[in-house]
Amino acid sequence: MTRLRSLAVPVVVLVVLALVPKLTVDIPYVFQGSIDTPGTLQLLALCLVFGGVAMTYDLLFGYTGLLSFGHALYFAVGVYLVAVSLTRWHWSFAEGVLFSVAVGAALAVVLGVVSLRVGGIAFAMVTLAFAQAGSILALKNPFGWTGGEEGLGTDYTRLPAAFVGIFNTKNLYWLALGYAALVFVVVRWAVGSSPGHVWQAIRENELRVQVLGLRPHGYKLLSFVLASTLATLGGVVYVLLLGGATPDVTGANFTLTLLIMVVIGGTGTKWGALVGGVLYTWANQRLGDASSSHAVSSLPSVLRTPLGQPLFVLGVLFILVVFFLPGGIARSGRLRSALSGISTKRTEAPAVPVER
Amino acid sequence: MTTFVLLTITGVGLGALYFLIASGLSLIYGLMGVLNFAHGAFLTVGAFGMWFVESKLGGLSVLPRFLVASLAGLVVGGVFAALVELFLIRPLYRRHIEQVLVTVGLGLATVALVTAVWGNDARPVAYPGWLSRASTVAGAHVPNVSYLLIVVALLVLASLTLFLKYTRYGLIIRAGVENRAMVTALGIDVRKAFTLVFAIGGTAAALAGVLGNVYFTTADPNRGTSLLIFAFIVVVIGGLGSLRGTAVASVVVGLVQQFANYYASSGLGDLSVVLLLGLVLLARPRGLSGSFA
Amino acid sequence: MSLLAVRDLHVYLGESHVLQGIEFDVAEGGVTALLGRNGVGKTTTLRALMGLVDRRGSIALEGRELTGTPTHRIVRRGVGYVPEDRDVFAGLTVQENLRLAERDADPRYDLVYDLFPELKQRARQLAGTLSGGQQQMVAIARALLNENRVLLVDEPTKGLAPLLVTQVADVLARVSELTTVLLVEQNLGVVQRVARDAVVLDTGRVVHIGPAQELLADRAMVHRMLGVGHAA
Repeated sequence: MTRLRSLAVPVVVLVVLALVPKLTVDIPYVFQGSIDTPGTLQLLALCLVFGGVAMTYDLLFGYTGLLSFGHALYFAVGVYLVAVSLTRWHWSFAEGVLFSVAVGAALAVVLGVVSLRVGGIAFAMVTLAFAQAGSILALKNPFGWTGGEEGLGTDYTRLPAAFVGIFNTKNLYWLALGYAALVFVVVRWAVGSSPGHVWQAIRENELRVQVLGLRPHGYKLLSFVLASTLATLGGVVYVLLLGGATPDVTGANFTLTLLIMVVIGGTGTKWGALVGGVLYTWANQRLGDASSSHAVSSLPSVLRTPLGQPLFVLGVLFILVVFFLPGGIARSGRLRSALSGISTKRTEAPAVPVER
Repeated sequence: MTTFVLLTITGVGLGALYFLIASGLSLIYGLMGVLNFAHGAFLTVGAFGMWFVESKLGGLSVLPRFLVASLAGLVVGGVFAALVELFLIRPLYRRHIEQVLVTVGLGLATVALVTAVWGNDARPVAYPGWLSRASTVAGAHVPNVSYLLIVVALLVLASLTLFLKYTRYGLIIRAGVENRAMVTALGIDVRKAFTLVFAIGGTAAALAGVLGNVYFTTADPNRGTSLLIFAFIVVVIGGLGSLRGTAVASVVVGLVQQFANYYASSGLGDLSVVLLLGLVLLARPRGLSGSFA
Repeated sequence: MSLLAVRDLHVYLGESHVLQGIEFDVAEGGVTALLGRNGVGKTTTLRALMGLVDRRGSIALEGRELTGTPTHRIVRRGVGYVPEDRDVFAGLTVQENLRLAERDADPRYDLVYDLFPELKQRARQLAGTLSGGQQQMVAIARALLNENRVLLVDEPTKGLAPLLVTQVADVLARVSELTTVLLVEQNLGVVQRVARDAVVLDTGRVVHIGPAQELLADRAMVHRMLGVGHAA
C-alpha cells in the first residue's frame, strides 16, 4: 500500500504538469504571461530540463558522495554535438542525437576510469580540469565547428517539424517534462536498487564498504557513467529548446550552479534536486525580468543595482540557505525532528570527502 | 634562442601571477581545510579597488597615482578577506562542506555585484609607462611587466617564508597545517590564525588583481574566476598546504602554458596545463610535494 | 572536592555509542590509572575531557564545568595532554615543538631539560626524524612546560622498547609528585609502579573504581576485567 502511495504524488505531479499547455491560467508575479503562452512554456521547459540535470548531479554528489566539478562537460557534449552534427556535418536528427548520447556515455566511461583513480579533492580537481579542457576546446572553435565565443545555432531544417517554430513550444515543453520524468524515474529506481544502496554506503563510509568485501571503484564508475549520460541527454533537450549551443554551459560556473541547485533543494532527497533546479532556473530568469520592471527601477540605485543582477541575488540567497537551512528545502520539514535529537542517517547532509 | 628567452621569462612572469593567487589558496586549504571558491573574488575586489581609487586620483602624476591606487587595492582585498572569514566562515567552524558552499555563493555574488556596479566590460587602467614597454635581454624583447611580477612574487615568497619560520603565528600556521586538533590541544586558539591566513591570502590575491590589471592592461570582473581555476590547478599540482610546492608548480604551469601556447597553438597552452594536472594527479594523487593532510 | 569530576559522560562516534554514562573522580595528587581492554573507550574518554570529540554530560575541573568549553580554553584552565601516538609536529624542530606549547609567562624549561637532557641536544632536529622514544619525550615535555592542574596521558609506553618503558615510568613517577595525572595505560607493570587509584572501563561504562595496588593484586579480577594484559 505504501508503494502505491509513494507513486501517487509523482504521478499526480506529472499529470498536472502535462496539462499545463492546455490551461490558460495567469499567475501574476510568478510568470509574465498565462502559463500556456510560448514564453512561459519556454521558461517552464527550461526549469524542467535543469531540474532533470540537477537530479543527475544529485545522483553523483548527493547519493554517491562524489564531488565533481566537471559535470557540465557531459551536458555540454549533448548540447554541442547535436548542434555540430546537424549544422556542420549535415547529419539527420536521429543520427545526431544517438551520436551525442553515445559519445557522452563513452566519454564518461573513459574519463570516469581515469578520474576515479583518485578521490576527494583530487577527484574534484581532475573533473574540473577535464571540463575546463572541454570549455577551451569549444572556445577554440576547431575547424570552425563550434563557433567559438558566439556559439552555434542548430540548423532547424534538420529538426523534426514538431520541434520547430514558436507555436510548437508546447511540444518542447512536453519533451522537457518527459526528460525530467525519465530522470526522476531512473534515479529513484537506481537509488533503490542494490548498487544504489552501495552508493549511499560509499558516501557514508567508503572504508567500511571495502571492509565488507565490495570494491567501490566499479560502483562509483557506474554512478558516474549513469549520471553523466543522463546529463548528456539533458543537453540534447536543452539545445533543442534553445535552438543552439553557447559556451556558457561548458564552464566550471555551470557545474557550480548545479551544486547550488542541489544544495538549495536538498541533497540526497527524493524531490530536492528537482525543486532546487526548477526554483533556481525560475529565479534566474524572473530576477532578470524583474530588474527591468517598474517596481525595481523605481528603487533607489543602491538597491536597484545589485538586485538587477540575478547571480548576486541567487548567490546571497544561497549563502542564507547554507547558514539557516543547511539540509535544503526538502529537509526543512524534518529540521525540527532532527533538532530534537532523533538522528536519522538519511536526513544528514552527505559528508563530502574534504574532511581531514 | 631569443624566443626561448622571451618565453621563459614571460612564462615565469605568468607563474609569478599564479603564485600570488595560489599561495593564499594553498595556505587556506592547508590550515583550514576550506576550498576557498571566493578567492577569485578577492582578486576582483583588489583589482577594482585599485581601478576605482585610481580613477579618482586624476590630479596626481602617474607613478604616485599608481602606487596609491595599488596600495588601496591591497588594503581593500585584505580587509574584505578578513571580514569574510570573521562573518561567513568562522560561524561555520568545523562544518567544512558548508564553508566551501558559502565561498561558492560568495564568489558568484561578489563578481555579480562588481558587474552590476561597473558593467561586464574590462576597464582600462593607468600605470607607469615603463611597465608597458619592453627591455632587451639576450636579444629578446621582454615586457617589463614580467620583471615586476617576478620581483613582487619573489618578495611575497620571501616574506611569507620568513613569516612562517620566525613568527609565533607562522609557527602556529605551520603546525596547524600538519595537525589542527593538536594545536588546539596545546591551548592555542587557531581561529585567530584562520582569520590571519584569510587576510594574508586575500592581500596576496588582491596583489594579483592589481598586477593583473597591469599585465592585461585592464580591470576585468571575470578575470578572477578564470585565474582561480588555474590557481586551483597550481595548488593541487604543487600539493595543498605546501608553499614551496605551490611556488614550484606556479612556475611549471606558467612555463608550460607559455611554451605550449607558442609552439603548438594559442589555447593549447591552457589545455596542456589541464592535461598536466590530470597526469600529475594520476601519478601522485597528493601532488608534487606530497603534502596533503 | 575532587580535582576532576566526571558525571554521566556520553560520546557518540558516528552511530556508535562509545561512552555510555561514564562517572568517576580523579583525586588531587598522584596518578589515577584508566584501565580496560582495547576499544572500551579509554582514549575516547581523554579526548572527551579535552573537548576533542562532541560530548554530553558533566566534566568539572575543581568545580568549574568544562563541557561546552572549547579545547583551547580547557587547556588554558590547566589541563595538559599527552596524546596516544604522540602527535608531535613532524615538520617542526624539537625546539619549535616546545616553543609552540609555551603558555605561561615562565615556561619550565629547567624541569624539562632536567628530565630529558636529550631534547636540549636535539633542539634543532626535525621532530619527524626522531625515534619513537624521543618523540614521546617531546610529547611529555610539551605538557610539562606549563604548570597544569592535571595531565591527561594516553598510553605513553606504547610501542617502546623495555628500557624506554622503564624510563617513561620513572618520568611519570617524578611528574606525579608535581601534578595530578590521569593515565591510560595497557602496561600493568607501569601501572603498578606509579598508580595510586584505578578506574576500569568496559564497553563504554565504568565497572570498577578502587586503589590500584588492590586491583593488581587480585589476579582473577585483573584477568576478568583487563583480559590478558602485559605482564609486570
